[in-house]
Amino acid sequence: MRLTDLPLRQPAYVDLIDWTLLSASEGQRLREFGLCEGASVEALHRGGLRGKGPVACRIGRMTIAMRRAHAAAVTVRTGPVTEADATA
Amino acid sequence: MSALPLVALVGNPNAGKSALFNALTGARQKLGNYPGVTVERKAGRLALSDGRPVELVDLPGTYSLSPASPDEQVTRDVVLGRQAGERRPDALVIVVDAANLDNHLRFALELVALGLPTVVALNMVDLATRDGLELDAAVLARELGVPVVATVAVRKRGLDHLREALESLLNGAPRPYPAGETRDFDANRAEARRIARAAIVRETPSRRLTAAVDRVALHPVAGLVLLLGLLFVMFQAVYAWSEAPIAVIEGLAEAAATAVRDTLPDGILRSFLVDGVINGVGSVVVFLPQILILFFFILMLEATGYMVRAAFLMDGLMARVGLSGRAFIPLLSSFACAVPGIMATRTIADPKDRLTTILIAPLMTCSARLPVYAVIIGAFIPARDVFEFGGGYGIGLQGLVLFCLYVAGIVGAMLVALVLRMTVTKGASGGFLMEMPKYQWPRPQDIALGLWQRAVIFLRRAGTIIFASTVILWILLSFPRVPDGDPTSQVDHSIAGRIASGLQVVLAPVGFNRDISLALIPAMAAREVAVSALATVYSIDAGDDEAALEQSLGDRLKRQWPLPTALAFLAWFIFAPQCISTIAVTRRETNGWKWPLFMVGYLFVLAYAAAGITYWTATAAGL
Repeated sequence: MRLTDLPLRQPAYVDLIDWTLLSASEGQRLREFGLCEGASVEALHRGGLRGKGPVACRIGRMTIAMRRAHAAAVTVRTGPVTEADATA
Repeated sequence: MSALPLVALVGNPNAGKSALFNALTGARQKLGNYPGVTVERKAGRLALSDGRPVELVDLPGTYSLSPASPDEQVTRDVVLGRQAGERRPDALVIVVDAANLDNHLRFALELVALGLPTVVALNMVDLATRDGLELDAAVLARELGVPVVATVAVRKRGLDHLREALESLLNGAPRPYPAGETRDFDANRAEARRIARAAIVRETPSRRLTAAVDRVALHPVAGLVLLLGLLFVMFQAVYAWSEAPIAVIEGLAEAAATAVRDTLPDGILRSFLVDGVINGVGSVVVFLPQILILFFFILMLEATGYMVRAAFLMDGLMARVGLSGRAFIPLLSSFACAVPGIMATRTIADPKDRLTTILIAPLMTCSARLPVYAVIIGAFIPARDVFEFGGGYGIGLQGLVLFCLYVAGIVGAMLVALVLRMTVTKGASGGFLMEMPKYQWPRPQDIALGLWQRAVIFLRRAGTIIFASTVILWILLSFPRVPDGDPTSQVDHSIAGRIASGLQVVLAPVGFNRDISLALIPAMAAREVAVSALATVYSIDAGDDEAALEQSLGDRLKRQWPLPTALAFLAWFIFAPQCISTIAVTRRETNGWKWPLFMVGYLFVLAYAAAGITYWTATAAGL
């Protein structure tokens, strides 16, 4: 499931990131925000009246605002986060 | 100066760095600029426990030593000793947010590896505790290999420990960490994560307060209503809260003018002091309360963490004109002054986004336009309520007109951005990526310090640029003197009056009279000078006419200007192209004259058109 489709406030973790969909600087900034495979993630708010606006998500302990195009590059898995995922 | 040891405060944005800097240095701060770039250099003095002074510099917050914007580049260059005009720091204080260790430790590891004497300030431990997080600073110090001090900017104990740690570092304690042990990004992240796990004693995942507020503040409908409500309250407050302090300042200016009139004989010196200095400068200083109220709101919005939420809400709208929500923050600051607003655009990574934001920043109604609006609105718009809520509460018509002027500036800016993005700054739009900090209640001292710095800047402007242009204008207005018995007025006879008569040929079609033409020239120096210039003109014009001298500037304008002229003047100032500081900062930020000239050109065209349309419409409507 893509991060754009993740229901709000349902904890998940990052499965795969398609870095080719992000520019080098955007990818770098997202990595600095803690986005990586295995990171715990949660969609918190969607902006815009038709949900087409930016997305606010929690990555680890940080809350990040990003555009839908960025969120679409992130594939997530739901379900309980195991210790193996957490330390990945 | 260079004899003092230099300590740099460095860390992620939102690590509470500025509050810590304020707590360590108090009001003894020096604001300046790094040469060649407009990144602000904030430095202050800190006394170690043995009384030795140390220069502390607050570096712009960044996420790593791979910069994405001009201000992040300064941070990297300073810590590497490559920044022109700055020596390499003798020690680093790395500020990390206790509640965000995983992330902030990664950058901390990158900094520790530089091998400079380092102490880590584990900041905002109180907020971390509030969020159910318990940390062991000793474990952290052992794992990082550098001293770690738990700090909360408001508490003295942590600050004392930090001073002690710095003292032993500067006294030449052995380098705790070998330089050169650099890992790549992923290795640093894994290591940061390991250390964070080791240092966390207990945690309950929660940001309950922030999450609850955000459900409203970021809601697509409720959030926008809240944002517009906040902005509306802000602009109403600018009028409502400022009445009493303005009356006090006016009283003081009046008393000063009377005192001069009573002590000095009639003549050039008395005219200079009363008409030039007291009336001219006084008419600008009187707006200090309104400007401080505006800055108070902007500082509060930033310090509470709300500003990023506003950017989030506005991103959809900004995307439609080819900008990102990030541009909203410098644009909102531009309501106070376009100069810090344009400087704040350096956090925008995309060059075209940044250029567009710079070019439209002067359209945000800056506080220097407030005196102009205030005088004209005060004179021509009746002070009554348009909507009654009952109980004596309502929406004032004057406040409403002011709000509309602000909205006109915003709409104009959006349209200009749209056109620019399709023409001169054409290209793919940059994205919108921002960290949303926790909400927090700002420390009153930090807000007070920010207001104090703004007041000093404003009064210094009043004392220098505004004073100088008022004096020059007074001279141009007072000479040559009208010979005795000549019926022409002093203003018409003066050098300035003759220049203005020439200029008026161009400005008359949009309804501007000679006095406005006259006021627009010195207003190049600073927009609010338009008010002091008008005050000086009418003061000289009144001469010894006692009845005229009694009248306020507003009363005189009302007597002499038709309503369409006043409205056209307001419309002109929505675009108000003249402000030398804005032109100068744009030149510095864009490295050349091309863009500032372009900006001034398009603003003049828009100002002229807006004034003309307003004047012709109002005249046709029979106002």
